[in-house]
Formats: sequence, C-alpha cells, structure tokens
Amino acid sequence: MTWYVLRRVLQMIPVFFGATLLVYFMVFFMPGDPIAALGGDKPLPEAAQARLREEFNLDKPFLVQYFLYLANIFQGDLGSTFRGQSISGQLADAFPITIRLAIIAIVFEAVLGIAAGVISGLRKGTWIDTTFLMLSLLVIAVPTFVLGFVAQFVLGVQLRVMPVNVGRDPSWENLLVPGMVLGAVSFAYVLRLTRTQVAEVAAQDHVRTATAKGLPRHRVVSAHVLRNSLIPVITYIGIDLGMLMGGAIVTESIFNIPGIGFHLWDAIRAGENTKVVTIVTLLVTVFVIANLIVDILYALLDPRIRYVSKS
Amino acid sequence: MAISRRSMILGTAASGTAALTLAACGGDDGGNGGGGNGSDNGGGGDTGAIVMINGTEPQNPLHTTNTNEVGGGKILQNLFSGLVYYDAEGTPQNEMAESIETDDSQNYTITIADGWTFTNGDPVTAQNFVDAWNYGANGANGQYSSYFFESIDGYADISGKDADASATLSGLEVVDDRTFTVKLSSPQSDFPTRLGYTAYSPLPQAFFDDPEAFGEEPIGNGPYKLVAWNHNQNAELEVNPDYNGPRKPENGGLDFVFYQDQETAYNDLLSGGLDVIDAIPPSALSSFESELGERAVNQPAAGNATITIHVDDPNFSGEAGTLRRKAISRAINRPEICEAIYGGTRTAATDFTTPVVNGYSDSIPGNEVLEFDEAEAKKLWDEAEAIQPFEGSFSLSYNADGGHQEWVDAVCNSIRNVLGIEAAGNSYPDFKSLRDDVTARTIEGAFRTGWQADYPSMYNFLGPLYTSAAADGQGSNDADYKNPEFDEALLAGLSATDEEESYTLGQKAQEILFQDLPSIPLWFNNVAGGYAETVENVVFGWDSQPIYHQITKQA
Repeated sequence: MTWYVLRRVLQMIPVFFGATLLVYFMVFFMPGDPIAALGGDKPLPEAAQARLREEFNLDKPFLVQYFLYLANIFQGDLGSTFRGQSISGQLADAFPITIRLAIIAIVFEAVLGIAAGVISGLRKGTWIDTTFLMLSLLVIAVPTFVLGFVAQFVLGVQLRVMPVNVGRDPSWENLLVPGMVLGAVSFAYVLRLTRTQVAEVAAQDHVRTATAKGLPRHRVVSAHVLRNSLIPVITYIGIDLGMLMGGAIVTESIFNIPGIGFHLWDAIRAGENTKVVTIVTLLVTVFVIANLIVDILYALLDPRIRYVSKS
Repeated sequence: MAISRRSMILGTAASGTAALTLAACGGDDGGNGGGGNGSDNGGGGDTGAIVMINGTEPQNPLHTTNTNEVGGGKILQNLFSGLVYYDAEGTPQNEMAESIETDDSQNYTITIADGWTFTNGDPVTAQNFVDAWNYGANGANGQYSSYFFESIDGYADISGKDADASATLSGLEVVDDRTFTVKLSSPQSDFPTRLGYTAYSPLPQAFFDDPEAFGEEPIGNGPYKLVAWNHNQNAELEVNPDYNGPRKPENGGLDFVFYQDQETAYNDLLSGGLDVIDAIPPSALSSFESELGERAVNQPAAGNATITIHVDDPNFSGEAGTLRRKAISRAINRPEICEAIYGGTRTAATDFTTPVVNGYSDSIPGNEVLEFDEAEAKKLWDEAEAIQPFEGSFSLSYNADGGHQEWVDAVCNSIRNVLGIEAAGNSYPDFKSLRDDVTARTIEGAFRTGWQADYPSMYNFLGPLYTSAAADGQGSNDADYKNPEFDEALLAGLSATDEEESYTLGQKAQEILFQDLPSIPLWFNNVAGGYAETVENVVFGWDSQPIYHQITKQA
C-alpha cells in the first residue's frame, strides 16, 4: 500500500513538467501582445513597455522563458502579474474561498445525491422515483449560469435572504447558495448514478440472502447494497472535485466571488503566462491527488481490490 | 476601443465607458440626465454615512503616474488633489493652485495655495509637484502615464528606457516653496485643463522612499484617505479631516465594491447592497430606465466610436478614397443603430470629439457628412467609381470580446443596402490581436476605433489622433492621415492664449477633418448608470464618474 502511494506520488513529477510545459506553450502562442493590451485605447509609452518586457522575460525565446519560470518556481517564487501584484499572495487569498465553495458543492452533491439516489433506487418505479428523475433531468438541462442568476435574483434581489455580492464576505453561510448552484449538475449525476447502481445491486442474490437471514433493513441497505453500489459514484465525485475547483468560473463570476476561477479567467484574458500556468498546475495537482484518494477508497470499499506492489 | 476588462461573459461589454483608460475628476457638461438635486444639497444627509459605489480591483499599485485604468483611477482621484479639479460643467477650477499664469501658452508660472498637507502631516510644496512629475516622466521608471508629461520641455531627453533615473525635466523649475514654472516644448493653450488628471498630483517624500509600500497604502492630500484595500473585494475611503479644499465631502466616506461582472453590480443596486453604479450591464440596457426611473442616468460621456481605414488601402486612397469614406459615412443610419442596438445609450456623432469636452460644437460646417442620406451616399460612391472602380468587398474588423458584433453587422447591412456592395464584419478573437494588426499596419479594410478622453478638452481628441506627428506609429493616428494644413490649424488653436479663441480655432481645424474624413465618427458613448433611493445629489461628470464628494446619503 505504501509503495503504491509512493509510486503514485512519483508519477506526479512527469505530470507536473508535462502540464506546465504544455500550458506555458499554449499561453505563449495565444494571439496578441499582452503588454500592448495593458494600454487599452492608448499605446503604453515605449519605456513602460520595455520595462515590463524585461521584467517578465518576454523579450526572450520561449524555452528560456519557460526555464526561467521553472527556476523561479523552485526557489519558491511564483512571480507577480504584469500589473505588479504578487501571484502567491493572490492565490493565497483565493484558494481558501474556492476550497470552501468546492467543499459545500461536494457535500451537497454527495449527501443529497446519494440519499436521493438510494431512495430512488430502492423504490424504483414509484412516484418518488419519478419525481427525483424529473428533478435531475431539469437540473441537468438548465445551464449553471441560468440557475445562478435565477437564484441570485430570487433569493438576493427579491427575497433578500442572501447577499447579491457574496465576494464581500465569503463566509460559509454566504457561500451556501453559490456552492449549491455549483454542485447542482453533479448532484443530478450522482443521483442518477446511485439510483442505477442501487437498483442493480438490490436485485442481486447476496442481498436477497441477507434479507432472508433476517438482517434488519437498514443493515441490508448500508452494508450490502450501498457499499457495493458506491464505487462508480466515488470515482465520479473524486474527479468532480478537480472540476469544481477549476470550473467555478461561471459561478464565481455571477456571485462575485474572488476565487480561483476568477483569477484563472482574468489571467487568460490578460495573457499572463506565469499566472495561468501556476493555477493550472495547482489544479492538475488537485486532480491527481483526488484521483489517488479515490483509488485508495476503492480498497476500503471493496476488499477484493488490493494494491500490492509486485517487486 | 472601449472594452470592458471585467465583463466576465464573452461578447458583452459594460456600457461603453468601461475603458482601460482613466479620466480625472468629475464635472458635468450638458445633459443633466437624472442628476439629483444639483449642488444645493437639497435633502441633506448624514455626514457620517458611507456611500457604496461599484468598482473593479485596481490593476496596479495605487501610484498616481502608473494607473491607466478606471478601477484604480476612481480611488486615486479621491485620495489626491491636484492643481485643478473639474467642476460640474467639466471646466477646470483651482484646487491646490492659487494661480496658473501664462503670456504665451508655453511658459506657465504656477503658484500653489498655502496650508495644504499630506495625510502624514508633511506640507505640500512646489517641490512635491516637480518631483512627482519628474518621476512620472522619467523613462527609467517606465510609468504608464508618462505621456502626460510629453509636452513639457525636456521630455524627449529623459523619457527613453535607458534614461538616468535621476534625470529631470528641463522645463520644470522650483522658484520657492509655493511657486514653480513650467516650460512647454510648444504652445498648448489647454495645458491648464489637463492638470486635473491624477498623474499631475503631488507626491510626498514617503513615496520616493518606498514606492512599493506606498502603492498599497498611499498617502495623499485629497478629500478622502484610504482606510483599507481588501484585494478583489473592496476599498474603503474615509473623509480626510485635514482637507480644506473645494471638494469638501458631504458624506462620511466612500466604499468602492469590486465586481467581476456588471450584472452582479446591477443586481446589488436593486437589492440595496450598493448606492451608486456607473455602468449598466447589456442585459439591463433596455430596462434600467424604467426600473430606476428618475434615478437612472444616461448622458453623453467622454468617449466615441469611429471607423478608420488606412490611407494606403487601395480602395480608399486619394480623391476616390475620400469620396468613398464620405459615401460610407452617409450610408450609416446612426440614430437608428443607437436606438435599436444600444437602447439609446449612444448618441449619434456630430463631430470628432464628444459633447462633454470644452470646445465641442454640434454645428461645425461640413458635419452634415455624418447624416444618413441614401441618395447622397449613392451619388458620392458613383463619383468615386468614376475615378477608380471599387474592388473586392468592404470589411469592417472588430474584436469579438467587446460586444461589437451587433453594431458592426448593422453598419455593414446599412452599407450593403445603400451602396449595393458586399460588406461584412471581420472578427478578431480579442482586443489585443486587433490592435496588434492595427499597430503593425497589416490590417486590411476598415476597422473599429474609439477614443476616451483623458481631460475635457477637444484637443485631446484631435492631437493624438489626426496630426502628422501622431502617424507612423508615433501616436494613435491609425490611418496615418497627414495634412499639413490641419497640423497648422491645430497648432494655431493650441497657441492661442484666449480660451474661447482657442476653441474656435480648434473647430476650424475640425472643418478640415470633415473635408478629409480621416476617420468616420459613429457615435458618442453615453454613461449609463443609476443610484439607489438611499442617496441624493448624484451628478455624473464629464468623465462618466459621479462627483463623489457631493453625494449625500441618509443614515
């Protein structure tokens, strides 16, 4: 097990280099000159442009820029934006907010999604199952930004039970609605996935045996049905964590939350190589770690899966 | 070229004034669109109440000479006082200046009033101005706003990137603590009008000691001082108790709340989370005037939109080119597009500047070329055809990230219908790629341009855009239009010492532009904004900003 984890961690190294190089390459070849664009209507003075190009190594060839970037990273320096703000400072402000948002979304989709999915799966074909199915279809069909704007308008503008501008005070309480909006689509997927799995497992022999030998129903459901149904659901939720971190752009924008999605979008628009690469790399790391946790959870859920290092 | 950097959903732009450029303090010229009770402080208010206004995260440290975008600009203009400020009419009024004197519009003697201090207690002297201007102009510091000092004598010597960091402008000289002289490299009658821009603010010694720390916690001499700058959230300003100038605040402070998306800011205004908003999201353009009623603001601002075609474009060069540009201009139904696409938040152009700048006139001879007239358009086009036949099709390039597609399509339809030629928009993914091709002069056909004034003078729309000196990449004369006659007329206007005379001469120069039509003015951007029931005395100035200090708020 330890070896397995270690090997997986070592695998992150090539992933890190591959991701940074690829992303750096893509941002580098984005059309347009980011420095010239800083001036807007009016061209920046020559001296100002020269100062910035020199400061950010933009006057050097691609590979030199990339290696200078790596060198700085390994010295713990994430650099600054073209406008002179420290990237590490910005990310230190933004990450906790996005993590909070993602946790709310994950908890929402996992708890409610699995609960509704189990009920639905065990009562297949009843009115409650149909209701949940319709609900999930509706949520999947409506784009996130529509959901977000409607929630903001109804809850924020009309009922005034939540602030319109969540970014001013991104506390757990205020992030609740944005988190639910963010997790809504995944909630629907988790629900449908769990429902199918539960319905399938519930019809299997070992479940019938467990019921026949007189186990109470809650034991049958939790120990025999649920445990065997959850593997694909856990996989989905694990991957979703990464998606939620990077994919919060729309939600963060609607509720004005200064999180990672906002910074990523901002950096892409401004053509800030280093900032885009740094954020994407961090997101890749989150993905890789989430995947690792999911793989370890497999073993806990299903004893038949064991990661033994074959030396 | 106003694009909104903060508009988060692609293809939309906040109302046209959300530009990267920044304009200085308030004033109001023309339409008093919904502007509160004027300056009589009618309802009164709680002098302790904090007014909440929409903003965006400042893109730079808060340095007066290195801020070229509105997010930081609106904060700085309240933290610093310059020699002049702009009143409700957009005319400069002395703030720190006691007098600004000149005999020839080239040599100025500036005396500052007594008793001004920075918030750290240091007195403001002539040296603080001269030091700040030298720092801003010096190329070694690479400041974004250095071009504001380019008319001062000696700028060329110290503005290069290799300049000695201690080099100073030869045109500036401190006479005593309260007096300094400015020598310009050529006569500029509107120089005093520029001095209200934030870049001309004085800076205390603390700035030079540690610019980085100063950028986070600036020490100013303005009506307000900074309490806290919570990055990406808000900036809180409180009244500066030591301020004794003409912009004495009627409220207890300002709170600039940063938004990523105008949509959210507008919803926040409706829900009571915000008092004043200076931009309306595209989705609400057609409804905000009915939703806000008398509290809606919709009046011309200091920016315009134009179409430019390079003078060497094969279809648009020489005599035939001029005729064709005029034909296209007359083939565009401006008022209809302003109404149909912008819900009335644009105003059809009547000159090369905008109504909020000093010197504007809607009756310059030759401006009928901006009026829609199908028959005349057709006639001009045929005259051009007789000289040289039109080849290919008319293309109008624009950036897809600024919400321009709709009007470009409308303009192209108009041209196609009236002139019977093929006309279509050509989209660039974003503003920077469009500007790259424009700057490199590799762009083909027509392209969209625009200008946002830095100070309320008509010359700010003329000099940087149409003089020979601004051509060939030396300024923003994207068409490389050169006409010595125009250069001369403009210089005559700038040399005049009488303000009225100066503007009359500037209008004469514009007559030449109407003859040559180096660019095709389309419309003036309006500022569309509004305010909540909680506040009064909200008047928007020439720069699309409310006049902050006179806003009153009920507790």
